[in-house]
Amino acid sequence: MTVDASRGAPPGTLRNSSAELVQLLTPEGERVEHPDYPLELTADEIRDLYRDLVIVRRIDFEAVALTRQGELGIWASLLGQEAAQIGSGRALRDQDMVFPTYREHAVAWCCGVEPIKLLGLYRGVNHAGWDPKEHNFHLYTIVIGAQTLHAAGYAMGIQRDGAVGTESGAATIAYFGDGATSQGDVNESFVWASVFNAPVVFFCQNNQWAISEPLEKQSRIPLYRRAQGFGFPGIRVDGNDVFACLAVTRKALDSARDGQGPTLIEAFTYRMGAHTTTDDPTRYRLEAELEAWKLKDPIERVKAYLVKNEMADSAFFDDVDAEAKQVGMDVRKQCLELPDPGPMSIFDHVYAEPHALISEEQEQFAAYLAGFADAADGTDGAGRADEEGNAS
Amino acid sequence: MAKLQHFKLPDVGEGLTEADIIKWHVQPGDAVEINQTIVEIETAKAVVELPCPYEGVVAELLVEEGQTVDVGVPIIAVDVAPSDTTSVVGGDQDPESYQNLAKPETPAEPAEPAGQGQAAGSAAAPAAGEKRQPVLVGYGVKPGATKRRPRKRGADPAAAERATAERPAAEPAAEAAQSAESAESAAAVAASSVAVEPASTAPGRVAVLAKPPVRKLAKDLGVDLTTLTGSGPQGSITRADVQAAAASPAGTAGVGAPEREPAVRPVAWRPGGEERVAVKGVRKHTAAAMVRSAFTAPHVTEFLQVDVTDMMAAVRRLRSLADFADVKVSPLLLVARALLTAVRRYPMINASWDEPAEEIVVKHYVNLGIAAATDRGLIVPNVKDAHALSLVELATELQRLTEIARAGKAQPADLSGGTITITNVGVFGVDTGTPILTPGEVAILAFGQIRDMPWVHEGEIKVRKVTTLALSFDHRVIDGELGSAALRDIGAMLEDPLRMIAWA
Repeated sequence: MTVDASRGAPPGTLRNSSAELVQLLTPEGERVEHPDYPLELTADEIRDLYRDLVIVRRIDFEAVALTRQGELGIWASLLGQEAAQIGSGRALRDQDMVFPTYREHAVAWCCGVEPIKLLGLYRGVNHAGWDPKEHNFHLYTIVIGAQTLHAAGYAMGIQRDGAVGTESGAATIAYFGDGATSQGDVNESFVWASVFNAPVVFFCQNNQWAISEPLEKQSRIPLYRRAQGFGFPGIRVDGNDVFACLAVTRKALDSARDGQGPTLIEAFTYRMGAHTTTDDPTRYRLEAELEAWKLKDPIERVKAYLVKNEMADSAFFDDVDAEAKQVGMDVRKQCLELPDPGPMSIFDHVYAEPHALISEEQEQFAAYLAGFADAADGTDGAGRADEEGNAS
Repeated sequence: MAKLQHFKLPDVGEGLTEADIIKWHVQPGDAVEINQTIVEIETAKAVVELPCPYEGVVAELLVEEGQTVDVGVPIIAVDVAPSDTTSVVGGDQDPESYQNLAKPETPAEPAEPAGQGQAAGSAAAPAAGEKRQPVLVGYGVKPGATKRRPRKRGADPAAAERATAERPAAEPAAEAAQSAESAESAAAVAASSVAVEPASTAPGRVAVLAKPPVRKLAKDLGVDLTTLTGSGPQGSITRADVQAAAASPAGTAGVGAPEREPAVRPVAWRPGGEERVAVKGVRKHTAAAMVRSAFTAPHVTEFLQVDVTDMMAAVRRLRSLADFADVKVSPLLLVARALLTAVRRYPMINASWDEPAEEIVVKHYVNLGIAAATDRGLIVPNVKDAHALSLVELATELQRLTEIARAGKAQPADLSGGTITITNVGVFGVDTGTPILTPGEVAILAFGQIRDMPWVHEGEIKVRKVTTLALSFDHRVIDGELGSAALRDIGAMLEDPLRMIAWA
């Protein structure tokens, strides 16, 4: 059935076209040059990128495991997309503003958001536990594609603040997936950003699957070419190549900050895991596809590059692994220690200022909760037994 | 003192209530690390591996492979301080109690004692008989939750006794509930049993109106809300109703109640009783598929007896070939090949009916389904692109698919996309049947047992190997003439396997 869906698409354009892909580091770890995207990195910088990649993968692994152990409600794994996120995340400057989906754990890492804050959201103990202003990293957006409008609007605000085309110019970056490109929100944000020449970078991680819907059911042309129709440049980058993602995003952000308007970056990658922990990808995609992408692993190629160029020895890799393990264990410990929020806390951050209706609801809810008080009298044993069950 | 940690089955998929234990990767005595895969489970959504949340030594597996377990039930005990061992059982964490908890697995829900079966069948049918309908959050009253409760009383010597008394107590409760005027006493009975009996977890419960604080009160007091008549607005149950029910005398529970029968397999025979087996998993899917197929595609079945003496000789010759040394060559292989050849001659039998498009989709490839009986029920994995396979490849694929199907490892991809099916009813020792089409297909071939029969062969009655073929087809797509021709040719190929080459 899926065969028919690609009928009519220009041959080879959806999946297998490597010609138009910006790549600076091959899957085998060979450095290649691209005329438009020169990139000079020191050995230290490359080692840092490697460290980032390994640590975020470990955090992700830990979160998946915690979900399987009943400690998180759900988790959206970034496995396979580390390079797209670290590469673009490390291209950011402090003044830039990030508008993520719910999968940008590695970008959050680059912005200094503590991993445990991400887990709090997925554990259901807060609605996103970080201050977007503090990290210039907006709250996770669950609604598909909605954050692209926020990013475009925020970028227009930057323009109106006059913070474009100056030394301290700022830009926004909107993350979204291939599935989101079919959303009206995304297309509207393209229109606005284009018409107003807003300083926004649209960073699409094309991981080939919109949950169970393959790319060929989303588009008849490569996604980056969509930008042309809206009137701004689009570029496809090897999303598993951290160097290329860094160089391409850096250039796009620079041109946005300089007043050159938006860019669409299609990071061509692959979601190695399930869409979320509640999804079973073996029901809709072939093992062979996964195997093919394993050979393009974003971490292995950096490791190969470091080894080949004698920029790192085994002690370095052992250190990174040990550090990653420690980070993972810390995240686990912090997660298990996250306090459950009080039921009244749900009213705390609805509005910045006091609000009459909220205050009224708050009182009603408090009275309702008080209704439980006498119910617990006399027979408190049974109710608490469940909660204590796991202890000792 | 050893320290046991119990890992409770988590909800791994946003609102799932239970999972099947597929395979344990560890055994008691094994050392385990945090995040080591310990077990594979299958939920309604996915097969997933569970990583261990504890580091230590496996003390005990509390549930068995194949068991269906409710979320929240402990599945494994890990000793996290094994070095200072000797007394493995610590305090109220009596593993015995966990075993008891875990035991009322799948069939346990409606495990009425014999003799009470009918009473429960009629009175409590909506309650005890139907599939449990667990709630996902909050004040749940599912067995999984209830099973945990006795644990708290593990230290209490009377607890075990009470636990045995609880279950049968529900039966009188159910009976009493029948008469409306005795609702009060029914509540009393239920009150002294436990509100969290399986009998009280009936779908009917959903319709009970009561505010959450009242529900919690009822839960705390052990009052079964389904047995109460509410005096509040719209018949809702009030706090006063619950308290009245809890206060009324509750002497009857457990008195003279028969000993609870151990949980048994659903098919165990109990004279005079009835048993209700929850329809789920493969059974549920099979049922839905069969109904859909039987009532959308007008079925026609034709039969043909065939002398397969020569085919059996061909099977023996194939087995002796070096090419086939490593694969199983069965008569089914040649039946499959004959069907594939017939598809080439009559492509229309390898098609599907596209109702919305008002089109017949004739497929120029064959994903050959093989119906397989497995422990989990009937499943139909299919050999992808069977038309393009050599005989050796076909044999290998048939063998592989049958094995993974039997092992319960068939992936959804193996089970979907079939275009035509063979069902080998012969393995069950019957001659033939009228197979129901696999949904989305238009033909299915049943292959009966091969047996020695008196047969007219070259003008004389001889003992020959004879089988019966049955071809069911969708009469919207295939006319009698076409179906007959296909079946006749398949028979001819099996009678004289050389024809397979001639017609290939």
